[in-house]
Amino acid sequence: MSDLLTIEELEIAVGNRPVIEGVSLSIRPGEMLGLVGESGCGKSVTALAIMRLLAEPPMRIVKGAIRFEGEDILSLEERELEELRGDRIAMIFQEPMTSLNPVFTIGNQIAEVVLLHRNVGRQAAEARAVDLLTRVGIPAPETAMGRYPHQLSGGQRQRVMIAMALACDPKLLIADEPTTALDVTVQAQILELIDNLRRETGMAVLLITHDLGVVSQYCDRVAVMYGGRVVEEAPSAELFAHPRHRYTEALLRTIPASNPPGVELPAIPGTVPPPGRRPAGCAFHPRCHAMVEPCATILPGLTEPPHRIRCWNPAA
Amino acid sequence: MSLLELRHLSKTYPGANGAVVHAVSDVSLSIAPGEVLGVVGESGCGKSTLGRSLLRLIEPSGGEIVFEGRDLTRLTRHQMKPVRRDLQVIFQDPFGSLNPRHTVGGIIGEPLEVHRVGTRGERKARVAELLKLVGLPEDAASRYPHEFSGGQRQRIAIARALALEPKLLVADEAVSALDVSIQSQIINLIADLQKRLNLSIMFISHDLSVIRHVSDRIAVMYLGRIVEIGPAEEIMTAPRHPYTQALLSAIPRPGVARAERIVLEGELPDPANPPAGCAFHTRCPHVTDVCHRVRPQLARPKTDDPASRSEVACHLYEAA
Ligand SMILES: Nc1ncnc2c1ncn2[C@@H]1O[C@H](COP(=O)(O)OP(=O)(O)OP(=O)(O)O)[C@@H](O)[C@H]1O
Ligand SMILES: Nc1ncnc2c1ncn2[C@@H]1O[C@H](COP(=O)(O)OP(=O)(O)OP(=O)(O)O)[C@@H](O)[C@H]1O
Ligand SMILES: [Mg+2]
Ligand SMILES: [Mg+2]
Repeated sequence: MSDLLTIEELEIAVGNRPVIEGVSLSIRPGEMLGLVGESGCGKSVTALAIMRLLAEPPMRIVKGAIRFEGEDILSLEERELEELRGDRIAMIFQEPMTSLNPVFTIGNQIAEVVLLHRNVGRQAAEARAVDLLTRVGIPAPETAMGRYPHQLSGGQRQRVMIAMALACDPKLLIADEPTTALDVTVQAQILELIDNLRRETGMAVLLITHDLGVVSQYCDRVAVMYGGRVVEEAPSAELFAHPRHRYTEALLRTIPASNPPGVELPAIPGTVPPPGRRPAGCAFHPRCHAMVEPCATILPGLTEPPHRIRCWNPAA
Repeated sequence: MSLLELRHLSKTYPGANGAVVHAVSDVSLSIAPGEVLGVVGESGCGKSTLGRSLLRLIEPSGGEIVFEGRDLTRLTRHQMKPVRRDLQVIFQDPFGSLNPRHTVGGIIGEPLEVHRVGTRGERKARVAELLKLVGLPEDAASRYPHEFSGGQRQRIAIARALALEPKLLVADEAVSALDVSIQSQIINLIADLQKRLNLSIMFISHDLSVIRHVSDRIAVMYLGRIVEIGPAEEIMTAPRHPYTQALLSAIPRPGVARAERIVLEGELPDPANPPAGCAFHTRCPHVTDVCHRVRPQLARPKTDDPASRSEVACHLYEAA
């Protein structure tokens, strides 16, 4: 099947300081792609670029292409983008409170989204809102329509955000750390919900998270970012069974869940370099235990799918 | 002999519209010298309130805090001061707890100054020693917190907490805000220092995989109460309380299939209006009639396993 979304060699900078570089990704219809990496590696910037919601300036798309259903997103006018966002691509964020308007009821806000993108009347839009709240598992949806965001729990607010995102049957849902602020038992509910919805509707999901466990259990494929680049990408089962990039390998080894209790964790030395202070060659080389000659000077190229890596000395 | 023993500790806060928030209710537990007790539970279950009340950073509403045989709740502020040397705390957000206008050396040396330990020169030497202990360069002493990364700032906070050689450390979500690759460094550091200094630690976290890794014993909290407590190994391999079971199964672990996941319905009830009987009954997959009416007591259940040491507050189990 052909790709729904393709990103090619995307580079985004602040001033002359690159924030992400050479990012290439693709998502097929109905697929859940996980984008993982530590704080500041460029996950959100990548997601916002797809929505053309980057803060431009100071951010600037230096080069690359983003195609959605064959259409070049980077060349669209603002009017066309508005039609794309929320309609064919929807996005949810970590903290739903900041994306919801505190002075309107949630029923009103969901109906607004429907009215904006669909040629229907008020009544039909409200009926659709109730329907959406039901689908995302809000109890007593008719009553819930009249609630304000602050009257809901964090998990319920995230459900409302998902309902709004689904209002127009998007082809792609971008979920940027949708459960990071939630408790584990509520996180499990929300992830199950997203997963069920994608199976029912066939929408694709780009799931952004720093939680390797979440990715391993829900995503078909995983892309691992470090220092503004995708360093490894593979089908989920393959990546977790046979990580090849030394960063992925080290990351999986260091988490407590991979180790017996009490033992010293195989820690990764050093810190994550911020943009502007990323070293030459492979950005991970100062922390890597398997460094070889070119690592400090020459950027390794990305190998071919299905298991792509950017590493001079990968694990066997 | 336990170093610390909490007896029926409670803390309530005034809530909205005259309601009472039962943040911590009737918690009894003990920590032995050199022991790490993990406290785990979801947001709002009372972990921080528990940690802060036992240090008397907030005043408990009821119960006793017996530290080395003395009930701390009976001490005056003045009498508390020398005890504070033995009780230290590190928080989740190292940035918020480090004064941005003080040098790192000043921050780490502050407890020494407050308690008038040693001469100036001795304090300076101690700061250098502490920096080395937590793996920071010596020249860090003259720099400011903002010049350091999150992981390094947590090292600074740890150095400060250890300055007075405390006997008990409360680590409240001490690694939760850190990146995965940094988190393991700090976990290793805390574990190493714990062994070297024979520290007792109350390690508070919502992350069960971290708790499992560092703890000798684990207490699971739900809505202000301990629902299960016991040796870490037993809690992790044979959890008894349905909430502990759900919590364990909700943690996504790489490489572990999610086939047998228990997805709980609903969310945490409001601690200003806790459900009657067992507080977990609104979400429990095994709820029975009695659960609505009678609050189960924490007790050792009848079991065939003579090595079992854990206690559970659940009607599914008969007390031994
Ligand atoms: N508006 C902005 N102006 C300047 N720099 C920015 C801006 N937004 C992001 N950055 C920088 O771009 C880099 C990548 O940020 P991004 O938000 O994509 O990280 P992330 O991978 O989503 O991290 P996190 O896990 O913390 O959300 C960061 O170093 C950040 O400081
Ligand atoms: N100063 C306060 N006034 C009123 N209520 C409070 C206060 N501090 C905490 N609470 C309430 O007490 C309960 C327990 O809070 P606490 O911070 O101890 O939970 P926690 O387990 O540490 O949660 P988290 O994992 O989010 O840190 C919560 O319902 C909280 O809203
Ligand atoms: Mg982000
Ligand atoms: Mg807390």
